[in-house]
Amino acid sequence: MTTAPTSRPPATRPAERDGFPRTLHAEWTKFRTVRGWVLATAGALLVTIVVGLLGTAAPAPGGRGAHSAAYPKGPGGEAVNDSFYFVHRTLTGDGTLTVALQSLTGTADTDTGTDTDTGTGTGTGRTARSAQPWAKAGIIVKEGLTQGSPYAAVMATGGHGVRMQYNYTHDTAGPLSKAAPEYPRQLRLVRSGDSLTGYTSTDGSHWTKAGHAKLPGLARTVQAGLFATSPEAKQNTATGTGFSPAVATGTFGRPALTGNWSQSAWRGTQVSGDAGTSGSYTNTTKGDFTPTSGGGYTVTGAGDIAPVVGGPVMGAGFTVENFLVGTFAGLIVLAAVSTVFITGEYRHGLLRTTMTATPLRGRVLGAKALVAGGIASVTGLIAAAITLALGEHSTRGRGFRILPVTSATEARVMAGTGLLCAAAAVLALAVGTLLRRSGTAITLVIASIVLPFLLATSGVLPPGVSQWLLRVTPAAGFAVQQTLPQYAQVLSVYEPSTGYYPLAPWAGLAVLGGYAAIAFGLAVVRLRRRDV
Amino acid sequence: MNPLGSTRLADTANGAWHVTFTHTLHAEWTKLRTAGDTGRLLLLTITLTVAVGCGTAKAVKCPDTGCGQDPVKLALTGITVGQAVIAVLAVLAISNEYGTGMIRTTLTAVPNRLTVLAAKATVLTTVVLASGTAAVLASLLAGRCVLPGNGFTAAHGYAPLTLADGPTLRAAAGSVLYLALIALLALGTATAVRDAASAIATVLGLLYLFPILTQVVNNPHWQHRLQQISPMTAGLAVQATVHLRERPIGPWAGLGVLATWAATALMTGSLLLHARDT
Repeated sequence: MTTAPTSRPPATRPAERDGFPRTLHAEWTKFRTVRGWVLATAGALLVTIVVGLLGTAAPAPGGRGAHSAAYPKGPGGEAVNDSFYFVHRTLTGDGTLTVALQSLTGTADTDTGTDTDTGTGTGTGRTARSAQPWAKAGIIVKEGLTQGSPYAAVMATGGHGVRMQYNYTHDTAGPLSKAAPEYPRQLRLVRSGDSLTGYTSTDGSHWTKAGHAKLPGLARTVQAGLFATSPEAKQNTATGTGFSPAVATGTFGRPALTGNWSQSAWRGTQVSGDAGTSGSYTNTTKGDFTPTSGGGYTVTGAGDIAPVVGGPVMGAGFTVENFLVGTFAGLIVLAAVSTVFITGEYRHGLLRTTMTATPLRGRVLGAKALVAGGIASVTGLIAAAITLALGEHSTRGRGFRILPVTSATEARVMAGTGLLCAAAAVLALAVGTLLRRSGTAITLVIASIVLPFLLATSGVLPPGVSQWLLRVTPAAGFAVQQTLPQYAQVLSVYEPSTGYYPLAPWAGLAVLGGYAAIAFGLAVVRLRRRDV
Repeated sequence: MNPLGSTRLADTANGAWHVTFTHTLHAEWTKLRTAGDTGRLLLLTITLTVAVGCGTAKAVKCPDTGCGQDPVKLALTGITVGQAVIAVLAVLAISNEYGTGMIRTTLTAVPNRLTVLAAKATVLTTVVLASGTAAVLASLLAGRCVLPGNGFTAAHGYAPLTLADGPTLRAAAGSVLYLALIALLALGTATAVRDAASAIATVLGLLYLFPILTQVVNNPHWQHRLQQISPMTAGLAVQATVHLRERPIGPWAGLGVLATWAATALMTGSLLLHARDT
C-alpha cells in the first residue's frame, strides 16, 4: 500500500479487464474455505426450515379433521366465503328478476364480554337493530348451490348503498351509493347469456344501471332468487377490535319474473350449511324465509359472499407467510456470517493482503457483497421452497386450512425471501465494513430489522405508529412475504398485528434494499478514504 | 497473584483467595472501564431505553375508562431495545479478550478460570445495575410527564406513575434485574462460544425469536407454553401492573424463567471455560 496515488492508475488498468471476475473468485474461495461460515450457512437454511415447521406444528384446536380441509375457492382461485340464505328457483336460459326490497334490518349480539359498548349507536341493550355496514340483501344469479360457484348479484347493503357484486372479488357501487337508505328500493337483475346487468330504481319506472358482470361459461341452467346475509359485527372498543354474531333480514315484495323459470315453489337453502369464517348466527336466530301477506318474502341470513381475508375473520387457518416465520432465524445467522465476512478480515489482518492483491477497494467490497448476497439469496430461496412444501403438506394433514395463493404469488414470496436475505446480508456486510467490529455491527443489523417488526406486530403500539415503523425501518422488507389479501368490501383488522404491511410487497423490499444500498455506498466511501 | 496452579491451591487454603478475587475484580473493572466502547454503550442503553419508552408513551392513547393499557409497561417499553445494547456490552466483555488474545494474559495472571468469570460477572452486573437503574428511572419519569397528556388521568383510573406504588416499584426493580440477567445470559453464551458474532446472534435470536414464533402458533395452549419459556416474554412479565391474572406467567416467576436461562448459559460457559484450552 505504498504505491503513490499518481502511479496507481497505470498499474491497475491492465488488470481491470479481467479484474472483477478474479476478485469475485478470490472472495468466493475465501468464503467457501472457511468451514465455520459454510456450516453457519447450512445452519441458516436448516434453522429457517425447522423454526418454520415448529411454528406451525401445533395440532388443530378441534383435533384432526375438525375443520374442512380447505377453504372454498372462487372462480379466480382465491379462498372465499360463500355463506348466505338463498331463496331460489331454477332459471334456464335468459330471464329477468325484479323485486322491491322494502327494508334491510339486522340483529347483532353486541355483548362481547366487555362492559363498554362504543361500537354501535344503541349501546343500551345486548342487541343492535340496524344492519351491519356490509350486511347484504338482494337478488343473485348463481351457477349452483356449491360454494365458490360463479355468481352475480345486485343488492342493498347496510351502510354502502346499492352494490353490484360478482365472482366474490368484484364490487361496484350503484348509482345511489350514499348510505342514506330509501326504501322501498327496486332491484332488477337481467341475465342474457353470460352477461348479467343489475338495475336499481326508487319508483319502479325509472331504472338506473347499477353494474354489469360478464361470467364466461356460465351454465345455461342457474339458480336465481333472493338472498340475505351479514358478516359479523365489528366493534372497536378501547381494548381492541371484537367481532360478534350478526344476522340480516331483508323484506322483499312480490318477485316479478320473466323467462323460463321452474314451476316449483321458492326453496330456501343456507348455502355452505353454516355462516363461514366471517359470519355467525346468533343464539336465537337461524337462517330462514317466510312469506309475507303481499306475496313477498322475509329472508334472514348470516355469512358473507366475499373473499376470505386475514385477521380474526380468517378462522383457523395458515397463510404462506406463517410457514416462513423461520426467515427471522435464518436472517440472524446470515447477517452474522456476512458481517464476519469482512470483520474477520480486519481482525486477522487479512484485509491488508486482500487490498494489496486488489487495490481497488470498491471492487473488493463489490465482490464481497455479490458473494455474501448471492449465498444469502440462494439460501433464503431454497429454505423458503422447502419450508413451504413441507409445511403445507403437514398442516393440511393436521386438519388446518391454508389460504390458497396463485403460483405467481408463491413464486414472488420465495424469490422475495431470497432477496430479503440478500439485502440483509449486504446491509450486514456494509455495516461491518463501517464499524469494523462484528459484535456491534451484528447487533445493529439484527436490531434494526427484527426489533421494529416485533414492536409493530406485538400490538403495544397503535396501528398508525406500527405502520410507520414498517414503512421507514428495514423491517419493511418483510412485506414481500405478505400474501393476505385486503378488500374494501370485507371488514377485518388490516393492521401489522394481523399480518398486513403498509407497503406493497416489492415496495417494502425496496425500502430494505435502499438501506442496504446506502450502507454499501457509505462503506465503499469509508473504505476508500481510510487506511486499512 | 501467583501464576502457578499448585501454589494457587495453597493460597486458597489459607484465605488468600479473597485477595486474589479482589484483585481480579479490580483488574476486570479496569479492563471494562478502559475499553473504549463501554461508556458509549452504557450511554446508548440509557438513551435508547428512555427514547423508545418516551416514544411509546407518546404514541399510545387512553381515550376512556377501561382502555386496558398498562402505563408502567408502556413507559418501560424501551427495555426491549436497551437489552440489545446490554447484550453487546456483555458479549464484548469476554469475546474481545478472545478476539485480541488478551484472554491468555488474563488466565496466566489468574489461572483459576472460574474466578475470572465470577469477577467479570460481578463487575458487569454492577455496571448494568447502575446504568439500568438510571435508564428505568428516567423512563418512568418521562412516562410520568407524558402519559397524563394521553388520557392516563385519574378520571380514567390511572394515578401518576410513582415508585411509592407497590407494583410500579416491582416493575422498576424487576426491569433493572431483567437487564442484569440479560447481561449474565449474554456473558455465559459468549464464554461458551467465544466468538462475538456467534454469541450476539445466539443471544438476540434467543430473545427475539420466541415472541415472533408466538404470533404464528395457532394453538392457544402452545402459545401459552411458549410465552412461559421465552426468556424475553417471561422475563418482561415483571413489568406488568394490570390484568396480572390474564398473563401467561406471574411477574417474579417470569423473571425466574429468565434467571434459569441465564444460569444455564453461565453454567455452560464456565464448564467449557474450565474444561478447554484457551
